[in-house]
Amino acid sequence: MKIIVIGNGMVGHKFVEELVAQQNVAADVTVLCEEPRPAYDRVQLSAFFSGKTADDLSLVTPGFFEQHSVDLKLGVGAKSIDRTLKTVTTTAGETLGYDKLVIATGSYPFVPPIPGKDREGCFVYRTIEDLEAMTACGARSKVGVVIGGGLLGLECAKALRDMQLQTHVVEFAPRLMAVQIDDGGGRVLRSKIEQLGVTVHTQKNTVEIVAGDHCRHKMKFADGAELETDMIVFSAGIRPRDELARACGLGVGERGGIIVDNHCRTLDDDIYAIGECALWSGRIFGLVAPGYEMARVAAKTIASSPSHDAPQFTGADMSTKLKLMGVDVASIGDAHAATAGARSYVFTDERKQIYKKLVTSEDGSLLLGAVLVGDATEYGQLLQMMLNHIALPSSPEFLILPAADGQTRVGLGVDALPGSAQICSCNNVTKLQLCEAVGAGCTTLGALKKTTQAATSCGGCAPLVTQILKAEMKRLGHSVNNHVCEHFAYSRQELYHLVRVGRIETFDALLSKHGSGLGCDICKPVAASIFASCWNDYVLTRDKAALQDSNDYFLANIQKNGTYSIVPRIAGGEITPDKLIVLGQVAKKYGLYTKITGGQRIDLFGAQAHQLPQIWSELVDAGFETGHAYGKAVRTVKSCVGSTWCRFGVQDSVSMSLTIEHRYKGLRAPHKLKFAVSGCTRECAEAQSKDVGVIATEKGWNLYVCGNGGMKPRHAELLAGDLDDATLLQYIDRFLMFYIRTADRLQRTSVWRDNLEGGLDYLKDVIVHDSLGLGAELEAEMAQVVDSYVCEWKRTVEDPEAVKRFRTFINADGGDDNVVFVEERGQIRPATAAERERPEFKGVAVVAEPA
Amino acid sequence: MSTLWHDVCGVDEIWPNTGVCARIDNRQIAIFRIDRADGATEIFAIDNHDPHSGANVLSRGIVGNLGARTVVASPIYKQHFDLATGDCLEEPSLPVRSYAAEINDGRVRVCV
Ligand SMILES: Cc1cc2nc3c(=O)[nH]c(=O)nc-3n(C[C@H](O)[C@H](O)[C@H](O)COP(=O)(O)OP(=O)(O)OC[C@H]3O[C@@H](n4cnc5c(N)ncnc54)[C@H](O)[C@@H]3O)c2cc1C
Repeated sequence: MKIIVIGNGMVGHKFVEELVAQQNVAADVTVLCEEPRPAYDRVQLSAFFSGKTADDLSLVTPGFFEQHSVDLKLGVGAKSIDRTLKTVTTTAGETLGYDKLVIATGSYPFVPPIPGKDREGCFVYRTIEDLEAMTACGARSKVGVVIGGGLLGLECAKALRDMQLQTHVVEFAPRLMAVQIDDGGGRVLRSKIEQLGVTVHTQKNTVEIVAGDHCRHKMKFADGAELETDMIVFSAGIRPRDELARACGLGVGERGGIIVDNHCRTLDDDIYAIGECALWSGRIFGLVAPGYEMARVAAKTIASSPSHDAPQFTGADMSTKLKLMGVDVASIGDAHAATAGARSYVFTDERKQIYKKLVTSEDGSLLLGAVLVGDATEYGQLLQMMLNHIALPSSPEFLILPAADGQTRVGLGVDALPGSAQICSCNNVTKLQLCEAVGAGCTTLGALKKTTQAATSCGGCAPLVTQILKAEMKRLGHSVNNHVCEHFAYSRQELYHLVRVGRIETFDALLSKHGSGLGCDICKPVAASIFASCWNDYVLTRDKAALQDSNDYFLANIQKNGTYSIVPRIAGGEITPDKLIVLGQVAKKYGLYTKITGGQRIDLFGAQAHQLPQIWSELVDAGFETGHAYGKAVRTVKSCVGSTWCRFGVQDSVSMSLTIEHRYKGLRAPHKLKFAVSGCTRECAEAQSKDVGVIATEKGWNLYVCGNGGMKPRHAELLAGDLDDATLLQYIDRFLMFYIRTADRLQRTSVWRDNLEGGLDYLKDVIVHDSLGLGAELEAEMAQVVDSYVCEWKRTVEDPEAVKRFRTFINADGGDDNVVFVEERGQIRPATAAERERPEFKGVAVVAEPA
Repeated sequence: MSTLWHDVCGVDEIWPNTGVCARIDNRQIAIFRIDRADGATEIFAIDNHDPHSGANVLSRGIVGNLGARTVVASPIYKQHFDLATGDCLEEPSLPVRSYAAEINDGRVRVCV
């Protein structure tokens, strides 16, 4: 069977995935994709502004099209459909035959017919290309306006704000998000949006856009008012792309949309329409979840015979949640209480800016809808109550009233949900499927997401998924075993807490109070790291040395032949010629191999343990400090030269990187930490690939967190923008200490972030809004570490007892003669096994003992 | 090959729950001091040579217990060796030799 799919957007792609998963169709699939790249996550489009790349957003698993022999025609659109010949003609001039045709062309942004709408610097918000164009223009602009104050418009306004533009939202209706929320909610929402620094204009009808006096454009409104701006984004609704269907005589609705039945079939039995271009029962669904449902129905219908046995599309819930950081807004079901006899319960807290409304049936037994502004914690559960017709408690108001101190809220347990409850509507995952996956061994949120796909699209259901995970784990009687090892029945996070609260300073004390046995190579370094993060004592005391991994034990990095490498700190990558010469002299004297590291330092390889104190006493004398390259600790702060030298730089990135590096040097953590500071948005220091990345703006610094190079690269995400120096350090203090407090052993910030229940928003709440009230405590803990910094190598070379530990042999002087080097490109390298075995091979002598 | 008891160092020269390397007849022997919770101090000796990496490093590993076995973890690729027998827990085909060791009058002695 030949199947052509027009459109490789979110829904079109879901259809192809569903189709190839059907057992009983041998389909020959061609996909016409008008965009220059295959399907990507349009829902997360705004994340493009906070550093996500087109690749990050891709919805296509690598090799998908090849593996399923799907013919993907990139950059090729459908031009016309001939229903009699059953062919599609493409924009490339090809004519292709089909047995079944699926139209998944989505919609286009509606641009009101305002004179001047086509001026340069006017945009829509739909594709990656749109965002690229906006980014380019944003860099040349000071003021930006979004026309339209709906879900998308607000998301877009936030994006313009993050681009440091003075931002305005212009809305025709009397309130923002007029479709989803009522007046009361609208008021609170407005002040929330204004707090983000966005100016809101309601009841404004734009009549003309002309050239501006100070900015690129001037907008003229019906009431005579004017607004000058450099860029304009239209976000005034969407219209279905039904032009192909119209042209070939398929039925379309009065206001557009291709008419489909419950199987997503158009008036022509061989043509289906799914997603935002389809009109079902007089309605268009502008959300991805209903589109995915249509994709499933269409794929199953095409694969089934007789087709009427296939599942049907029966409409979809349009509840939504705005995904704007710091602004919780959700609308569920009948938000406007339009149902006959509906009754409302309203709670407003004008001080905290919270508005909540419940809409119930006349007798108060069923939930019909809700509006949540300022705090949408209950969204997931209220939605489930509505969808599953769960009987309301006798006093439903308690569902939205703030809980009195210490009391848990009534009536909202996940246990009440039936197994059939659809928890993730984007990917159609039910409670039962989640519970089964937990039973089959998915005991972390990450594993559960990976196995079931729940919470992987819009993420709105993540809190609910977590609750189900916890409840199910409890029900199955297996507690999450995240114990560090056999010696401690605690997670790293719990051990950290025990150490801090109990003021435990030695491993023996920790073991005797909370553990058993001798300890091992897992728990000992964990304990050592926790002690260092909490108390920052010298790591090589008699009781602590035994806990250290070999690298920390010798304050150097062990290499494959048992020798060590040495990396002195070169803060910010800045080094004087004199110090550079010292490094060269030391390397030469001890015969070390030298290499520049990725963190803008110099690594000296090939030293034996007993040489380390000698080498370091020379380095310490020359003013070097340890670089902690051996530790799970703060490593480097990479920087560009910044505004001091660079003609593009807007801030002094080198000074900032020195401040940061000297502040956090020596800090030990669950994993190594890398930083970078860039002096402008050209980002030469690659800050967005670091755990902590700082990028200069005209007004201060943008702070990015949880990036990662290495095996699984991940872009850092914007935590906060335009910070002054003090606030920047304050947020980094909090961020690092919060990570150290809560991460698992060897968990990098990126993985830690992926496992945080509330994701980036939660992190922002904790760090920026101090939602847990931990800010001062975290800062104080950091202050203690900062104030107690001592260079470990300086301390070591001054302590004869400590130096003794570096002897290669307890009962003899000298080094390990098993260490053999050969010369390559003018430096040493370890001899290979083959080289050692050749009888005539002598190798170079082990590095000569210095006089 | 004849085996002899060799005097190596004072017990106090080895920090509790760490290892050191001794050179005995041109062999490298890793010697470990284990201090148990009940106050007993024990000495173990195995080859310093790590068969997995080919480097002489076992004395620098972290010691501890896995179940009933007292072990050291190689600092290079982290395999565990039983200090009493030299068995490698992860790869039984690559054990190391173990040696008799004892404390005598405050001195550590190894039989090699
Ligand atoms: C910024 C933004 C945020 C959003 N946030 C949310 C959200 O939070 N929650 C939510 O549920 N939804 C959200 N949406 C809506 C969601 O993205 C859409 O519902 C979803 O993408 C619809 O999928 P679709 O496949 O029908 O359309 P699309 O994803 O638009 O795909 C249609 C594709 O067809 C192509 N096409 C059109 N005509 C042709 C032709 N003739 N030949 C070949 N190809 C053609 C188009 O180029 C496009 O690639 C958001 C949308 C945007 C823009």
